[in-house]
Amino acid sequence: MATRADTVATVGSRVLMEGNEAFGEGAIRAGCDAYFGYPITPQTELLEFMSRRMPALGRTFVQAESEIAAINMVLGAAATGARAMTSSSSPGISLKQEGISYLAGDELPAVIVNVMRGGPGLGNVAPAQGDYFQATKGGGHGVYHPIVLAPASVQEAMDLTALAFDLADRYRTPVIVLADGVIGQTVEPVVIKEYERPRDLPEKDWALGLSAGRKRRIIESIGLEPEKLEPRNLRLVQKYQTIKEREVRWTGTHLDDAEIAVIAFGTPARVSLSAVRAARVDGVRAGLFRPITLFPFPEREVADLARRVKGVLVVELNQGQMLEDVERIVAGRVPVRFLGRLGGFVVSPDEVLAALKQLWEEAR
Amino acid sequence: MSTAASAATAQLVLTRPRSLSTAVTHYCPGCGHGIVHRLVGETIDELGLQERTVAVWPVGCAVFGYNYFEFDGCEAAHGRAPAVATGIKRVHPELFVFTYQGDGDLGAIGTAEIIHAAARGENITVIFVNNAVYGMTGGQMAPTTLAGQRTTSTPGGRDPGRAGYPIRVSEMLATLEAPRYITRVSVHSPAAIRKAGAAIRRAFKCQVAGLGFSLVEVLSPCPTNWGVSPREAQRWLEERMVPYFPLGDIKMVAEVGKL
Repeated sequence: MATRADTVATVGSRVLMEGNEAFGEGAIRAGCDAYFGYPITPQTELLEFMSRRMPALGRTFVQAESEIAAINMVLGAAATGARAMTSSSSPGISLKQEGISYLAGDELPAVIVNVMRGGPGLGNVAPAQGDYFQATKGGGHGVYHPIVLAPASVQEAMDLTALAFDLADRYRTPVIVLADGVIGQTVEPVVIKEYERPRDLPEKDWALGLSAGRKRRIIESIGLEPEKLEPRNLRLVQKYQTIKEREVRWTGTHLDDAEIAVIAFGTPARVSLSAVRAARVDGVRAGLFRPITLFPFPEREVADLARRVKGVLVVELNQGQMLEDVERIVAGRVPVRFLGRLGGFVVSPDEVLAALKQLWEEAR
Repeated sequence: MSTAASAATAQLVLTRPRSLSTAVTHYCPGCGHGIVHRLVGETIDELGLQERTVAVWPVGCAVFGYNYFEFDGCEAAHGRAPAVATGIKRVHPELFVFTYQGDGDLGAIGTAEIIHAAARGENITVIFVNNAVYGMTGGQMAPTTLAGQRTTSTPGGRDPGRAGYPIRVSEMLATLEAPRYITRVSVHSPAAIRKAGAAIRRAFKCQVAGLGFSLVEVLSPCPTNWGVSPREAQRWLEERMVPYFPLGDIKMVAEVGKL
């Protein structure tokens, strides 16, 4: 049953790995104590990877009876201070929303990997990005946002999953790693990096467990009286504000002299980079802006970009979800155009190139 | 004063278990939860488990159960307590983990979670309080509501033709291979309460011995939502519930019998 990734452990080595295995490798390197999952395409390899690796390391692996059970097992493990993770794909993530809302309300750290597929409903198992709204705007009930990280390569699938555990612990909040099916199922080289746990992570002085010599601890999210719940809600809102101020991550290519810019995350960002390079060969001064955190969204940076360029093209594998955030931030300063493919189609470099050239003409 | 003299000669026969907090419960007069809480607290004390206990609380009347005990607690979403308990116990087998769930929580919305926690043989204990009604939301039909029983959502009485028959969850779970101890007790009389305490003790010991999954179903009166007095509720439980939900051990493996 051994696969490529199973035999790899040396820091500094460069190895071939599938995205789904890279999520697991990143989690294991970051000290993930417990993984709870349920099979669903296109992330099942991650469940299988963890079923081999976690027990071998003496850590917890449970294949749950449902995504609902898996996220609640995560909640239980997280309540004891463990680093806990689950993964799924779109329909399964919908089922997990109850648990994610409770994790947010309980202020428990946890990592949730969503390898997105086509929807709504059963949709298909092909790549998509239709869960942007669900992930970034809350997803479940109540006043909360998970932190959302969007890898655009197998390397990032590994690195951002490790980062997700640190962010979850730092802010006591669920963190979603939001990838499309291409990232999950692509095999490409990655460099195995040493994981270093940040020294300034807060102590888990709320964790349940052996209680000799201290007061009882309770993990709950109930506040029947508005006088109790509103301050809790406000504390969460304040936390998300802090996250917005400190944790924005993004990257750009060819933006210094760009006159038009593509904004894209995940696989469409990689496709768009090819298109940007091709456009530059044709004299079109295009650049790529790639958000890595979708919540917090790089609002200030996109606003700055809109002051420097003459037009923006948003490329997504959905009907225009991040587009709504970009339009809100750009606020009509420059034209914002959209290119999206649906149903499991992935945008091609030629499609992006054509859209860029059209925007270029329009902008000039 | 005679108080000093009687104090000197008095013998302490009953005290509050250390595991129970001093909080006044929110339960209605005649409710069985207070009795079950006390039995749980006494047993945790007796087995010396207080400092390693983590309880998982349900949605329902016992949602604030954690207020009434002096040990760690985690609230679960409706029906999910066995999954939450699985997460806790798998990472920390040294902890003593029990869930406390009502019939709506365990027998309806949480059916999948209880069946699979039992099927996996999780080394946890489930205290399953069955009062044949959704209490906290005001008395709607539960999965254990008896045929003909009037509730706010079966105003003409539960009609099995439309609403099905009450589920004997414990018997269903007993068909599984992994559970070690499944029993049904009641708290409608002093004798029944003594037996309930013994069952809880045995179930807790089952976990402490590392034997695996144990569940104690406790038939419990709900005078408020049954629309009867506390005294009548005890009678109603005995005359109506017990014939359908017979008391006694439903599954007990030999090792548990020796505990």
